[in-house]
Amino acid sequence: MSGPVISSRVLRALSAVTALCSIGAILMAASAGQADAPTQQQAQQPQVPKFRRLTEAQYRATIADIFGPDIKVSGRFEPDMRVGGLLAAGTSAVSLTPAGAEQYEQIARGIAEQVVDAKHRDRLVGCAPSASDPQGAACAADFFKRVGLRIYRRPLTDGEVKLAVAQTLAAAATVKDFHGGLVIMLTAMLSDLPFLFQTDREVADPSAPGGRTIDAWSRASKLSYFLWNSTPDEQLLQAAADGSLMTQAGLIRQVDRLMALPRFETGVRSFFDDFLQLEGMMSLSKDGIIYPAFRSSAAPAAREQTLRTITTLLVEENGDYRDLFTTRRVAMNRQLSPLYRIPYGPRDWSMITLPDQDPRVGLLTQISFLALHSHEGRSSPTLRGKALREVLMCEHVPTPPANVNFTIVQDTSNPAFRTTRERLKAHLDDEECASCHKLTDPMGLTLDSFDGAGQFRPTENGVPIDTTGMLDKVPFTDSAGLGKALHDNPKVTQCVAQSAWRYAAGRALLPSEEPLMASLHEDFAHAGFRIRPLFRRIVIDPQFFAVRAPAASRIAGKPSSGRKG
Amino acid sequence: MTQFDRRGFLLRGMLGGGAVAVGLPFLDYFLDDNGTALAATLGGGRLPVRFGTWFWGCGMIPDRWNPTTAGANYDLPPELAPIRPVQDKVSVLSGFGVTLGGKSNQPHISGNIGLRTGTPSDTWQQIAGPTFDVSIAGAIGAGTLFRSLELSVDGNARTSFSYRSGTEMNPSVASPMELYRRIFGADFRDPNAAGFTPDPKVMARRSVLSAVTDERRRMLGKLGAEDKARVDSYFTSIREVENKLALQLERPPRAEACVVPTQPADLPASTDVTARQQSHKLMAELLAMAVACNQTKVFNMVFSTATADLRQAGSPTAYHQATHEEQVDRTKGYQPTVDAFSTQSMQGWADFVTAMSAVKEGDGTLLDNMLVVAHSEVSYAKNHDVNGIPVMLAGRAGGKVKSGIHIAGQGDPISRVGLTMQQLMGVPVDAWGTDEMKTSRSLSEIMV
Repeated sequence: MSGPVISSRVLRALSAVTALCSIGAILMAASAGQADAPTQQQAQQPQVPKFRRLTEAQYRATIADIFGPDIKVSGRFEPDMRVGGLLAAGTSAVSLTPAGAEQYEQIARGIAEQVVDAKHRDRLVGCAPSASDPQGAACAADFFKRVGLRIYRRPLTDGEVKLAVAQTLAAAATVKDFHGGLVIMLTAMLSDLPFLFQTDREVADPSAPGGRTIDAWSRASKLSYFLWNSTPDEQLLQAAADGSLMTQAGLIRQVDRLMALPRFETGVRSFFDDFLQLEGMMSLSKDGIIYPAFRSSAAPAAREQTLRTITTLLVEENGDYRDLFTTRRVAMNRQLSPLYRIPYGPRDWSMITLPDQDPRVGLLTQISFLALHSHEGRSSPTLRGKALREVLMCEHVPTPPANVNFTIVQDTSNPAFRTTRERLKAHLDDEECASCHKLTDPMGLTLDSFDGAGQFRPTENGVPIDTTGMLDKVPFTDSAGLGKALHDNPKVTQCVAQSAWRYAAGRALLPSEEPLMASLHEDFAHAGFRIRPLFRRIVIDPQFFAVRAPAASRIAGKPSSGRKG
Repeated sequence: MTQFDRRGFLLRGMLGGGAVAVGLPFLDYFLDDNGTALAATLGGGRLPVRFGTWFWGCGMIPDRWNPTTAGANYDLPPELAPIRPVQDKVSVLSGFGVTLGGKSNQPHISGNIGLRTGTPSDTWQQIAGPTFDVSIAGAIGAGTLFRSLELSVDGNARTSFSYRSGTEMNPSVASPMELYRRIFGADFRDPNAAGFTPDPKVMARRSVLSAVTDERRRMLGKLGAEDKARVDSYFTSIREVENKLALQLERPPRAEACVVPTQPADLPASTDVTARQQSHKLMAELLAMAVACNQTKVFNMVFSTATADLRQAGSPTAYHQATHEEQVDRTKGYQPTVDAFSTQSMQGWADFVTAMSAVKEGDGTLLDNMLVVAHSEVSYAKNHDVNGIPVMLAGRAGGKVKSGIHIAGQGDPISRVGLTMQQLMGVPVDAWGTDEMKTSRSLSEIMV
């Protein structure tokens, strides 16, 4: 595991003459931007974006990995942007606003001050000006070479090292304190583009003459942020330094290592957190008068419940993704058990199996999904159905027409329409509304036996709730049936596979990647819809490190590399 | 980035923003020496003119909001009643609309985008240009610590309608406590404090940040068009940080109206309308001081989100749901719950105007040296109507603008508002908007 102490192993490897030469060449090619002209066929394909802004979670994990978990990261991050349902896909669309830059600089300053303070200095800086190094130039050089490698996720160029030393000493002279100078230079480095943005540097592809790919350091970052949601560890950096990441065998060795470590669970967790848009739980509030049992701490707990359930079933137990929709097993704690109306004794989280007669089955009946896709004071079959279509099946539900009129839906006092179903049904008499509500409501209404806070209710206004419904022509009578219908619907597995690809690539799907998606899904199915083989298949596909969209000729065939090795 | 200099700005006054506009007819406006603000003094210079927007969601009920008489002393229909105490400071612009020109009406989005950019589009990510507040901040925002300040009372940094481009939203400061810390925290320098010594740390920070960024720019080399645009934005933003540090090294000019506020209570964000009004009032008062203390000249305040997130605690139906679902009361002739929320939103606006005019500055008040445009994203929310989107103006822009009048727009493109605001603030633009929204007609009725 990569600890906060930055050893010099990678640096030693770098100083080997051969390695230095190859890295020098890579950096030169990259920094000069004079990439060899791509072949004509490649040039016709659109380039993929080269910069992906670290998400808040990635930033935090990265700082903890480089400097240790006791370094506090405090401040307001620039909000991430969701593209096609994923924050990860937005990272290649966003830049930095002035307000954001100011905040990042402030966060960086807070980190740098802690790294250099009396408590951490010995461990994290490890040197100081001395008789033989009166100004501290050698110390600064040593510090920024070590730390810079982790911050930029590649070795510093000679010019960068010189600059860091010169600026440290100049700042130290101004503030009359060597460590003060270190803080200021470290702050600037943590506000710098190659730290805040994962950067793909383009090089000639050693395995395809005339082709282009991204260099070993960029590969290391791409792998670790996808599989761990954090920065590369030392071994991965070493595989970049010695060039082995540029070979398929070396790549597979690292992928298998990264996936065998417990941190892979963090990576899968981060994917599902983004995919299910669970960060919304952190700002979720429910009306305390209508839902007194739903305390403000229930929402973060419900997020945790879903993520724990998923990682246990899919990572620890290597389960089938589809079973998430039909399982009666769920992670539970004391805070949530009253909302589920089941007794629960243990102090901490554990997996439980809900009794057979319990109305809850699968992911959709967890509080996270039910409460997130509801209003503050009532349930919403439409919001739930929409989320089901858009989030879990990657479909698009059009927005309502501009002149929408749903007067009857709200009139809860009308004796003719006592349940949401009756009110929505009346609304469906309008053909324009019906076209979209037919997409969402038949599934959403099945879940209406759970209120806006996700609590079970058999009746509404004294009338039993009718939970019959339909999904893509498959009828069912309750949420268990809905779960089964999702389990059997190929759009559900296609959606998660395609989303995992976009999440890994950090961008929207390119039109010419559609055949790749088909192949990805086919392999996912062959692997019994297990998440490990899916993630592995993604990172060993040559397109994962490509600098352009796949050419039309390539996509017909299957990627050769993947499933061996 | 252009260099700027705080003292230079103050001496040149509006010329700082107006300099780029030489040759355009409205420039005369800023060279006119008759305005009261121009006669006032501040640190040896003139009082700056500030600009802001104030947004509320879900519009109004037209028959209950639109005044029926034009000009001064306009009548106040029931939903506008809360502004009575500040009516002489508020102008109402009714009947201006967004023409979609074949584009779909994306509920609660299209109207706002059309008003803010002059060009309707289906999503914020596809907008054609910056929102007009960003252009104005470009013209007048330099020389203060914050080029512009985005605020939202809903507790969500993502609630902002200030966009540099489709992928660059200026995030909001989203609570009174956060606003206080942002403005009056460690970096704040009291403009009226006795002594001033530049902080060597700030000096060193600026110099190092600048050196590292210059080296980065040099190293990057060629990039694809989209990457280049994003990287340029990054560098521009870092430059703003450097500029801000540079500003901290200069002695801030005196600001007679500046009284450093005390730290506010930490009110949790709420959708309950009464709690929302309380937080908003607190944020408005802090903002007034941020402006009076020369920390910013441009701001965007969001009272409630598009699709107004307001509720009454304990009620299952929130404002937005009510706009679509509530029956029109047969005896009253309107939706009573919707009417109540709309009126409460106007109370928020009245509170805001009051907070700005409560600060004395020069011969008048802070509000006199401001121009604030308040608007919503729809008129009648029940059918997402983008015709007759309600707009109000407050403040006299340093004596350049009349206040307290009603102008009935008769279906004119609402881009006339954005055009006029930009021209008044020195943005060199003689026409604004696209297709049917394109206009070169400024609102001459409001000019002095």
